[in-house]
Amino acid sequence: MPEYSVLIGGEAGDGIRQAGSLIAHLLSSLGYRIYFWDDYPSLIRGGHNFSIIRASDRKIGAYKSTVDVLIALDQTVVRKHAGELNAGGLLIFDSDQVKADGLGLPLTAIVKQAGGKPIMRNVAALGGVAKALGLDWETVRALIQAEVRKQTELNLRIAQAAYDQAGTPRLQVKPLSLPPLSLIGGNEAIALGAVRAGLKLFIAYPMTPSSNLLHFLAQNDQELGVVAYHPENEIAAVITAIGGAYAGVRTMVGTAGGGFALMVEGLSLAAGSESPVVFVVGQRPGPSTGLPTYTCQSDLFFVLNAGHGEFVRFVVAPGDPDEAFLLTGLAMNTAWKYQIPAFVISDKNLSEGTFSFEARGDEVTRQEPALWDGKGSYRRYERTADGVSPLAFPGRKGAVVKGNSYEHDEYGITTEEAEKTVQMQDKRLGKGRYLAEEVEKMASVKTYGDKGAATALITWGSTKGACVEVAEDLGLRVVQPLVLEPLPLLQLKAALAGVERLISVENNATGGLARLLGCHGIKVDDRILKYDGRPFAVDGLKRRVEEALR
Amino acid sequence: MSELKLGTYAENTWCKGCGNFGILSAVNEAVKTLVDAGTPLEKIVLASGIGCHAKLVDYVDVNSFYSIHGRVPPTITGIKLANPGLTVIGHAGDGDAYGEGLSHLIMSAKRNIDVTMVIHDNRVYGLTTGQVTPTSPLGFPGKSTPRGGVEGPLNPIELMLAAGATFVARGYSVKTKELAALIVAATRHKGFAFIDVLQPCFTFFNTYQLYNSRVYELEGHDTSSLDAAHAKAREWNYGEGERIPIGIFYKVEKPTFDESMLRGKVLAAERDVPDITGMIKSLA
Repeated sequence: MPEYSVLIGGEAGDGIRQAGSLIAHLLSSLGYRIYFWDDYPSLIRGGHNFSIIRASDRKIGAYKSTVDVLIALDQTVVRKHAGELNAGGLLIFDSDQVKADGLGLPLTAIVKQAGGKPIMRNVAALGGVAKALGLDWETVRALIQAEVRKQTELNLRIAQAAYDQAGTPRLQVKPLSLPPLSLIGGNEAIALGAVRAGLKLFIAYPMTPSSNLLHFLAQNDQELGVVAYHPENEIAAVITAIGGAYAGVRTMVGTAGGGFALMVEGLSLAAGSESPVVFVVGQRPGPSTGLPTYTCQSDLFFVLNAGHGEFVRFVVAPGDPDEAFLLTGLAMNTAWKYQIPAFVISDKNLSEGTFSFEARGDEVTRQEPALWDGKGSYRRYERTADGVSPLAFPGRKGAVVKGNSYEHDEYGITTEEAEKTVQMQDKRLGKGRYLAEEVEKMASVKTYGDKGAATALITWGSTKGACVEVAEDLGLRVVQPLVLEPLPLLQLKAALAGVERLISVENNATGGLARLLGCHGIKVDDRILKYDGRPFAVDGLKRRVEEALR
Repeated sequence: MSELKLGTYAENTWCKGCGNFGILSAVNEAVKTLVDAGTPLEKIVLASGIGCHAKLVDYVDVNSFYSIHGRVPPTITGIKLANPGLTVIGHAGDGDAYGEGLSHLIMSAKRNIDVTMVIHDNRVYGLTTGQVTPTSPLGFPGKSTPRGGVEGPLNPIELMLAAGATFVARGYSVKTKELAALIVAATRHKGFAFIDVLQPCFTFFNTYQLYNSRVYELEGHDTSSLDAAHAKAREWNYGEGERIPIGIFYKVEKPTFDESMLRGKVLAAERDVPDITGMIKSLA
């Protein structure tokens, strides 16, 4: 299969992510399917940032540990990554600042001569790499025109100067006959899924990797018809979301593990007061501050068990932006249908990564929950056959709407009576049975690769990207539960039928999914774990799987 | 006054002599006054935290959200952002508002969300049976400070003035008529309205005599002057001071948070979702 990987690196402040994004768009415009990993430490200037752009004729969700083109804006990139260059690969570097063998271009001088700022070396690098990849200038020009909004003409001059000085093409990247797809970030897909399902109020305190979920919704608030609000802390965020839901508005909060820790008392309030709220938890390595800007899948049990008391929750784990879009919509509609907290559990790899996107915007629609018919006296916590009490909101004539964190009667007045306590807990927990049945009816488990293979990889979230490629290569089966609570056990067992050897693959140190499966009687034979803050590379995972199978 | 029946079937479990009774009658009176003046009853929402104060919402047959300790300000912020047409009155105790949830209170005042906060300030934890709170006097012998508290009290009036509250008042639970009038004025104020209500706790900190002998109504005070408000606030610092002023310390108009954030939207009334096809294409 035709595929290319490009790594561009430099210091924070060199515009590495933007350059990477432009290269991704360049290759996407030729019909390639894109995976984009942005690797940066937790600092604003200096350090070592790099982006890996991998382009393929198939949908992909992982990088490889070697690249075809390496672009070095400083010497560190050469020192750290020169060994990752494939045989026949090309090293492009700023010959004014870097000593190396390969295609040196005077990027600093080009920018200076054009009267640009130092950061514009990134656009110069884009021009250079485009020429080296054999792309015509028109493609580059159109991209810069579309994507670089500030000082477009100056950027065009700089890119063209580098393009012209890059000599003859070293690689010939052929346009594919595939229609180009949209490029979307995981957080953008989460945001759009929520908006399509009726999100009107998003509340978040900034925390990597969910900050750009807040940024995206804040920047596009008018077009998306939402209000994005950044309060004093995560506690205020979740409680405000609950207040909003009580008053009839679809709300969502976004955070990472540490911020979610602060939201936990609010989660329990949402459950006790039957307030529908969607939580987006973007995982990063812990404990505590951990590696703030890197990736991990270590908060599964935290999300599954958070909150005092016993209650029903809905947890989805998308593995790419298509799933993120659809599953976030599902989470919002499900939260409102059952009046429960719902979770979208993501990770840095998905949340801040950029991928090719195929879902259609109208694949998510807002579903109306059970609403009060206006007859009789309103009881917020009316006991019904399925445990779902029809909703009315403050302002509705004839209804007194009493939400309550205490145990309460049907009207919403506090009670400590034994019988009513049992009735109310049964009512709330009873909803879980209907939810579990519904989860079994929806497509909540996906399989990939050789679906009849006796060896299967079982994984969740964004790790599925690497798993699918390895499985297709080695003739294995992949099973990916999309819903982790309630766990679709019947579908999982069907997906695992005929499997003799089950290997779990997770981006964590203790195998949360494997443990969860164990709780449900599904035994995992081997666990492949990675917890260095980086996602699995396709080749790296392949080696690990081969070792496990040896 | 309207014949509105605001009571519920909930059994009242406050101690005999509890200051909350006075606050409850003031709230009922204020709700009736608002309804008589044209606010539909269904547009009034009460909220409470956790503590003795919080039972109030069970005793008033009006929309309410019985929230958790310290979190009333964000609860009512969410309600107000969802539907700015609602009249929202939050209740909290002193441990609740000045201890557990202090950051929310300060930030709500700072951003001037158009809600009312009524603090039932009995200067002791009642429901957890008698510990010091942020407004207990120095040396208070609570159960967690048997040799006397070593922290001096916070002055919430000064704190709220500093935080930017646009309506700052103090009430006394015994003076229910005056308190009802304060609550009505607070709800009619466009912006964050704060009332610290002196509320004796008959069981754990009986301050009736103290307040009865020292409380006086503010008169001829310039409520538009921040300096004058600070001076009045310092007259009694919740420990020392001979006279305790009650009434409105400060009242000014500023743009409200909900107006600025919502720009005329009523999120609770919106059912439509946008077509995002164009946006997905533009991300290409």
